[in-house]
Amino acid sequence: MYQYNDNDQILVDERVAQFRRQTEQFLKSEMSEDQYRALRLRNGLYIQTHAPMLRIAGPYGLFNSKQLRKIAHVARTYDKNYCHFTTRQNIQFNWPKLEEVPDILAELASVQMHAIQTSGNCMRNTTSDHLAGVCIDEIEDPRPYCEIIRQWTTLHPEFDYLPRKFKIAVSGALHDRAATQFHDIGLHLVKNDAGEIGFKVMVGGGLGRTPVIGQIIKPYLEKKNLLSYLEAILRIYNLFGRRDNKYKARIKILVKESGLEKFSTLVEKEWLLIRDNNELDNERINGMKAQFVAPAYDTDAVRDTSFSQQQDENKAFATWVKYNTADHKISGYRAAFLSLKAPDSPPGDMTDVQLDAVADLADKYSFGEIRSTHRQNLILADVKQADLFVLWQQLELLKLATPNIGTVTDMICCPGLDFCSLANAGSIGVAKEINEALDDMDYIHDIGDLKINMSGCMNGCAHQSVGHIGILGVDKKGTEWYQLTLGGSSENNAAIGERLGPAVAKDQVTKAITTILEVYIEHRLEDESFLDMVNRVGITPFKEQVYAIN
Amino acid sequence: MQLIKDRQIIDDIWNYVTDDAELAAGNISVSLARWQQDKAKLLAHDGNIGVRLGPADSVDDIAADLNSLQLIELDFPDFADGRLFSHAWLLRERYDYHGEIRATGHYMNDQVFYLSRVGVNAFSPEKAEDLPVVLSHLNDFTVKYQDSVN
Ligand code: HEM
Ligand code: SF4
Repeated sequence: MYQYNDNDQILVDERVAQFRRQTEQFLKSEMSEDQYRALRLRNGLYIQTHAPMLRIAGPYGLFNSKQLRKIAHVARTYDKNYCHFTTRQNIQFNWPKLEEVPDILAELASVQMHAIQTSGNCMRNTTSDHLAGVCIDEIEDPRPYCEIIRQWTTLHPEFDYLPRKFKIAVSGALHDRAATQFHDIGLHLVKNDAGEIGFKVMVGGGLGRTPVIGQIIKPYLEKKNLLSYLEAILRIYNLFGRRDNKYKARIKILVKESGLEKFSTLVEKEWLLIRDNNELDNERINGMKAQFVAPAYDTDAVRDTSFSQQQDENKAFATWVKYNTADHKISGYRAAFLSLKAPDSPPGDMTDVQLDAVADLADKYSFGEIRSTHRQNLILADVKQADLFVLWQQLELLKLATPNIGTVTDMICCPGLDFCSLANAGSIGVAKEINEALDDMDYIHDIGDLKINMSGCMNGCAHQSVGHIGILGVDKKGTEWYQLTLGGSSENNAAIGERLGPAVAKDQVTKAITTILEVYIEHRLEDESFLDMVNRVGITPFKEQVYAIN
Repeated sequence: MQLIKDRQIIDDIWNYVTDDAELAAGNISVSLARWQQDKAKLLAHDGNIGVRLGPADSVDDIAADLNSLQLIELDFPDFADGRLFSHAWLLRERYDYHGEIRATGHYMNDQVFYLSRVGVNAFSPEKAEDLPVVLSHLNDFTVKYQDSVN
């Protein structure tokens, strides 16, 4: 993965010094609340229900074992021994002390981590495919471009005070695992008719209270023009995005209100004036690619025969392999998911002990590298198949081997009322209740690919609008209710879920979910996934059953 | 009043003339609206002329006049409005403007590093005691990742 050079290190160190000074000024009342707010948000610091919340950047989801150990240390020393992995491949701490945040950031800088632009109205951490570089359906590894974009977006002098936050996601595979169609800019590496690789550019996607699917603004952009084209979009957005209303300030509203045609005319006009600036020449691209060369794979790994034998002999292991590992472009290797969705633990949470242990496992089995996914799990991307059995045994001991990746209990879930001051309703508790109701693994596996996403309010941090089943916490006269949607997807077949009917009371949510699952099982054709079935029959049968209770 | 220009603390030799006031003698700056309305009179004025832009003004509207203008003020109604950063970039890079670009109004000292990178070369802080602070903030970072005006 990318190794920080002296310049990168100086930048994060200087950023820490700057933030330390800003925080001291604020604590001495030499800076207004408003000013400090804008500055602290740009360093990932929110003020939340119980304490500040600190969001640390995970650049396109990549971490090394040293960084993970540092996160464990921060969790132990400055927080309550755990942290939370988010849908944007970042890490959140829920209990830091404001006065100590500069020290935390200094600790993180010592391992090249930071919280720069993880929040605030600026360009945020770039996200990507968690299987980048190892998946079998890849056109080209997106990570070198992610790093080029990370650098371009970091402390960008012109675009740091945008109308609203701005998120870029990059995918390089046929299967979109990075939800690129729900980002302000989605970039997809594609091959043109001449066999050359460039970017398909999508714009104006987003979640939150108005979920919108991004539209294609440029079907094919040459790589060398990547930064000038991003610059053109950002300049048009900065100049013309709405600033009169926070809820209309995202680029999705600008694109919608002007219409794609008018918007892209503006972008094109701007781009033609700057397209030769900032050109990404081959040298720069190749230099960056050299930072992401494949690790030294063992060519003998493919000769191993123990793996199939172990699966034959141990059903539990075979099940874990089926659900929690993915094909790898190198034969003899697989990518292993670490499920952060154990039944009794809040989705995405990890303790300091687990973090340290996973760092050791990464060193031992996966070239010291760990990735986070947008469904709030972790991945060791390069594990020899012969090592999977021991890895699995150790993950079992750590409670990180629940074989539920991609199933109903692999829920995305935001902190909700437990930590978030914006929440209308709890989500962690509801997730736990659903988990308890669905404790039969065979049943869960029978249901198969089904994504439940649950947010505690319409900001939609847990992508509920694109869940196959979405659960949205709403407030009704001070009590917690939940709006259900069906049929959403953030993958290639992007769709926004359809409302099932009136919101249900908190004590009815689990029943509603189990009813939806029963309807699916009753109506599905052989091998038909939940999403396919919803698309085939619509929501009516679900609606009838869920609301038949009364 | 003093301000910072090209990293030096100097006396301010400019006066801003509000839209309803008489045009004063000496170096004066006016709003874009006033400039458009009184252009002939201003071009005949004895002294240098500047124009003050707000975030909602378009730089294109003065593009043809830049040779007559020795100062462009970018007036921040509030630090969060980032349009003026693009205005500065456009003035320097697209229109090759070489005169003074000055940040006025309610920006933060913590933004002057960014502003200097997009081509703002003068800063008039709200409080005189901020002058050395602004100077030090111009060095907030010694590395930069992307091209801009500088
Ligand atoms: C307690 C801490 C959090 C606060 C205060 C918070 C705040 C917000 C707010 C205000 C929005 C709305 C933005 C808009 O309308 O455009 C939002 C959106 C979002 N947040 Fe959070 N959030 C928190 C935690 C999280 C977590 C834990 C995740 C991931 C699990 C997350 C990921 C997201 C995503 C993906 C969006 C939607 C972005 C889009 O519209 O494209 N946030 N958040
Ligand atoms: S969806 Fe709402 S409740 Fe959940 S974390 Fe985001 S802002 Fe908080």
